[in-house]
Amino acid sequence: MYRKKGEFTAEGIIPYSGEGDTVTITGAAVCTQVGCAYTGDEAVAYAAKQSDVDVVAAYPITPQTIIVERFSEYVANGEVDTKFMAVESEHSAMSACVGSSLAGARVFTSTASQGLALMHEALYLASGLRSPIVMAVVNRALSAPINIHGDHSDMMGSRDCGWIQIYAENAQEAYDCTIQAFKIAEDTRVQLPVSVNLDGFFVSHATESMKVISDEAVTQFLPPRKPLFKVDPTEPISVGGMLLPEYYYEVKRQQEEALRLSKPVVSSIGKEYGELTGRRYGLMETYGLEDADAAIIALGSTCGTVRSVAKQLRAKGKKVGAIKLWVYRPFPIEEFLSSVEDLKALTVLDRAISFGAPYGALCSDIASALQNTGSDLKILNMIYGLGGRDIPTSTIEQVFENTLETAKTRKVSERIKFLDVRE
Amino acid sequence: MSQKESLSERMKLKWKDMPIGGVMFEPGSTVEYRTGAWRVEKKPLIDQEKCIRCLICWIVCPDVSIERLPKSFKKYTESVEVDYEHCKGCGICAAECPVDAIEMVEESKIVP
Repeated sequence: MYRKKGEFTAEGIIPYSGEGDTVTITGAAVCTQVGCAYTGDEAVAYAAKQSDVDVVAAYPITPQTIIVERFSEYVANGEVDTKFMAVESEHSAMSACVGSSLAGARVFTSTASQGLALMHEALYLASGLRSPIVMAVVNRALSAPINIHGDHSDMMGSRDCGWIQIYAENAQEAYDCTIQAFKIAEDTRVQLPVSVNLDGFFVSHATESMKVISDEAVTQFLPPRKPLFKVDPTEPISVGGMLLPEYYYEVKRQQEEALRLSKPVVSSIGKEYGELTGRRYGLMETYGLEDADAAIIALGSTCGTVRSVAKQLRAKGKKVGAIKLWVYRPFPIEEFLSSVEDLKALTVLDRAISFGAPYGALCSDIASALQNTGSDLKILNMIYGLGGRDIPTSTIEQVFENTLETAKTRKVSERIKFLDVRE
Repeated sequence: MSQKESLSERMKLKWKDMPIGGVMFEPGSTVEYRTGAWRVEKKPLIDQEKCIRCLICWIVCPDVSIERLPKSFKKYTESVEVDYEHCKGCGICAAECPVDAIEMVEESKIVP
């Protein structure tokens, strides 16, 4: 039942080769695709519809509401064969998802912010019981002060929950990643839940031009789930048993290994999706790193702004680059390290504060990945965009200038900088 | 395989050998987890001479720790005994016994 290491070769880093700023086109599509205008939320709901999910248990919360709303319309119109559970809270939503998933169903849900926080304990049940649930997390700030806009505090608050965590840059990626997420989660070599993160409002509510693939292509890419084991009265098993000091540790060790070994599965599924649609995915995407001295790494929608500014600066002859992590957990350590080998300075943009920590969460991961590698890459950490504060191109340009300066002087004056906060 | 042997066999399982997610593919494994050590202070002792085999203790035991064993004793064909590997020493059996055949004794007292 347990798969051993080395079954796959990783092809996690994908150099950005697109012409547009939002859609990654790296090859010719072999399936029928239709251009359309969707918001990020609508794109996710449509992806879930095409993925032929068996159960959706969800509770509405801004800015995720449209996903649940659209999906319930699909159910009401008889467009999907899905059991839709309108539960009374996110805690119940995730609990119902875990039960359904263990019974062998393909399960989808979505939430945001306080909803994700309320789910927190059940997130660990999903990963601990190896339930391949797919959840769209529409990233939103956490209270207090109450705020409905986008930042990464919610998912970062639950980042150690053992889920595969994917960050989408735009509506197209949110759609593509949702379809891939089912295939990744349900792969019996992985058998773990996946969260697809999209920035609240920036992605969730902005209508974008994108492409959807045909239902047939989705079915071909994503056949019905074949569970490794399931709760079935004809063949009884026990799940969720109490495992005390004699066994608990071993099960958690398995879980950690499964998350780490999901990397090559994510890469190969991203490649397969690329062959089908022309939009290639993997663990991370790089831009301009072949000759860059300074680069910015970020998650989610900001990556588009960063790449756009990098493109303008490169046109002026500045040696800058950009890194986008699609997959934040499992952290693509080796892939990241090999991508920054020739880099001199890197700014890490964190859209959440890890209160009292040496750095923001993403920067802490990067700093620890670099530990003991002998790298003399200078790291700058900048917190930005909390509670939905916009991050304009002018700010990104300034960050690139600072990073280039650090690449030259090799000096880092501040451990953490708070971008665009009124001082 | 006795309960004891099967448990010690399983304790040799390494993390790669165990079913994922702590799933249990065989029923009734709880009995292999011996919880009698959680008992504090006193344990029940059944006097086979006084016991009338009414099985009230068997019904009321919250931990399914009263065993009916096929050992004939005088006019009875079974004997009613305590499974000390699971009994928590709550004393409900002793309190409910209609003939006072169950006594809560010190943990250190040797069971005949």
